Amino acid sequence: MSNLPPYLSVPERIWHYVFWMICIAVLFFLIFPLLVIIPLSFNEVPYFTFTKKMLSFDPEGYSLKWYNEFFTSLNWQGAVRNSVFIAFFATIIATFLGTLASLGLSRPQMPYRTLITSLLISPMIVPLIISAAGMFFFYSRIGLQGTHLGVILAHAVLGTPFVVITVTATLTGFDNDLIRASQSLGATSTTTFFKVIVPLITPGVISGALFAFVTSFDEVVVVLFVGSYRQRTIPWQMFSGLREQISPTILSAATLLILITIALLTTLELLRRRTERLRGVTPS
Amino acid sequence: MEKIQEKISLVTADGTPLKISLARAQRRGKMVAFMMVFPLLFFVAIAFIVPIADMLLFSIDNSIVKNILPKTTEALKDWSEYSGELPDEVVFAAMVEEIKSAKAAKQHTKVGGRLNYESSGFSSLFRKAGRKVKKIKNPPFKEALIESDKLWGEIYTWQVIKQNSSDYTDGYYLAALDFKRKFESGKIESLPEKDSIYLKLFFRTIVISFVIVFLTLVIGFPLSYMLSTVSTRTSNILIIFVLLPFWTSLLVRTTSWIALLQQEGVINDFLIFIGFITEDGRLAMIHNATGTVIAMTHILLPFMILPLFSVMKTIPKSYVRAAISLGAHPWKAFWKIYFPNTAPGIGAGSILVFILAIGYYITPALVGGVSGTFISNRIAYHISNSLNWGLGSAIGVILLGIVLLFFVFYDRIVGINNMKLG
Repeated sequence: MSNLPPYLSVPERIWHYVFWMICIAVLFFLIFPLLVIIPLSFNEVPYFTFTKKMLSFDPEGYSLKWYNEFFTSLNWQGAVRNSVFIAFFATIIATFLGTLASLGLSRPQMPYRTLITSLLISPMIVPLIISAAGMFFFYSRIGLQGTHLGVILAHAVLGTPFVVITVTATLTGFDNDLIRASQSLGATSTTTFFKVIVPLITPGVISGALFAFVTSFDEVVVVLFVGSYRQRTIPWQMFSGLREQISPTILSAATLLILITIALLTTLELLRRRTERLRGVTPS
Repeated sequence: MEKIQEKISLVTADGTPLKISLARAQRRGKMVAFMMVFPLLFFVAIAFIVPIADMLLFSIDNSIVKNILPKTTEALKDWSEYSGELPDEVVFAAMVEEIKSAKAAKQHTKVGGRLNYESSGFSSLFRKAGRKVKKIKNPPFKEALIESDKLWGEIYTWQVIKQNSSDYTDGYYLAALDFKRKFESGKIESLPEKDSIYLKLFFRTIVISFVIVFLTLVIGFPLSYMLSTVSTRTSNILIIFVLLPFWTSLLVRTTSWIALLQQEGVINDFLIFIGFITEDGRLAMIHNATGTVIAMTHILLPFMILPLFSVMKTIPKSYVRAAISLGAHPWKAFWKIYFPNTAPGIGAGSILVFILAIGYYITPALVGGVSGTFISNRIAYHISNSLNWGLGSAIGVILLGIVLLFFVFYDRIVGINNMKLG
């Protein structure tokens, strides 16, 4: 940004700096709301505001009590357990079925590919409130409303489009010569599958699984309708907390979620690099 | 002729003609591919498509009255609703008998509840009838029933019952679009301005969604442009600023906007601190449309930036340079050469943001107050508060229709097979 070409006129130089200011403002707008939560979660008083003591960096203005509350309260601990439990099983179902389907969809002989793909990714397009309403009616009728199984199935369905999309994308760049090479060297199709195809699609499968996990972990609308208090997840607990009594425990939960997000993003980035390395593509 | 063809047709090692053998192999290939997709297709059908179809049925289902009062509805078929006369004794006799049996099965309030959506007063009418009807033992039932409540003597009452005695109804859709069927004449009329809520709410949802699309575009465009011009190393770092909010839980982001925007919140405190506003002049930025617009613009911004960025990355820098070297002013070069090339990204990002915005529920529910709620909030209200599931479903189906329509546009521009994530 500092080395501008010498031939630029003064207005062009001014515009250049103004443009950078705009971009920095936008970056600030994107990231500030996330950062502001972190110090607020160490608040001493039960409000969502910075107190005078906090602003003067008085240690007395800060406390860990909301984290203490988060880790000891039955409501929140139940929510953490439910979130992990539901997301784990929903991810397993979504990843298994999604990967298998993607392998089928990527075969050249697959009939009605466009139609079936649209059906399979429809849970991602339909607004959540509509999915939630439909599932509420139907799952109540078959006795799945208010059960863990109901929420797991609902979340698995919502997660499958992400698995299908990521794994299909990995398979699109798949070099079919590798399969022919393996077969011409005498490998059986089982060996080819496990030794050639699986290692190459694993990054796609893992990132699809991560998407499915996050979908379930973040999802709240469907849980609100298909689940009940016994299936409360972290977002469920946050939503009802924000509606009833606002307590900074929500902020400490939010801070922990942000940390998890950062860990997740790092994993995804490492996976992306691995895929590129395996494909022999230099990072662009 | 046939003989010649037989002679030249090729065969495989086991003697079957090549054509048949090939068809068989292709069929097998199709089967294998389909069998791999089938488990997921089946799962999605059962756990997702059927529930949506179920909702569709809910929005037109009208079987309650017919199922609980089968004889009455049958008898009403012979009565002409616009004749200006009350139905005859047969209908009243059937009604008395069926209210008795419905009362025994505790079903009579269901009929009342259903008809109450059409016209208020039916709920109490049927509840009262359930109590009084056991005293009516002998004919004439007509006089006896009218004596228990004079509403039974109104033609209007029977018109409403008759018009809701078929299996299906368009009543919920009419209600969802602020129309009403006049029971006296059977004509469809739109509700007076002051009573219409749903059209206003649909309209508001669409307008706010457009505002959000516009804001995300205006805010997202410069940043995407900047990201596409800097070196890959820099853009890889800066893109984190976009991806981190993108991946962060929706509730976390909504929570932080509550902390920022509320009356005692960070922004108001800051504005007081710098002396921009006074203690009494705290801005109301939350629990209204402003709150919804600000929070949702932030939440949906990554969905605009990512497609824009991916399109801008592919536009060769030499285009603009060529235009400038041919004498175009940099602004003109940008506007005439660069900007048109970004159209696919603008289209994809805008439709994506619009589709997502129009169906939003959580954020408007938490920061929208009264003036910033969306049609989704109304669906949720009918499902969990008013329990008018038919109306909730009808609104849902209309919303789904709008979203699918826009999705077709999205498919035309981007193609669902090219959908990328993060």
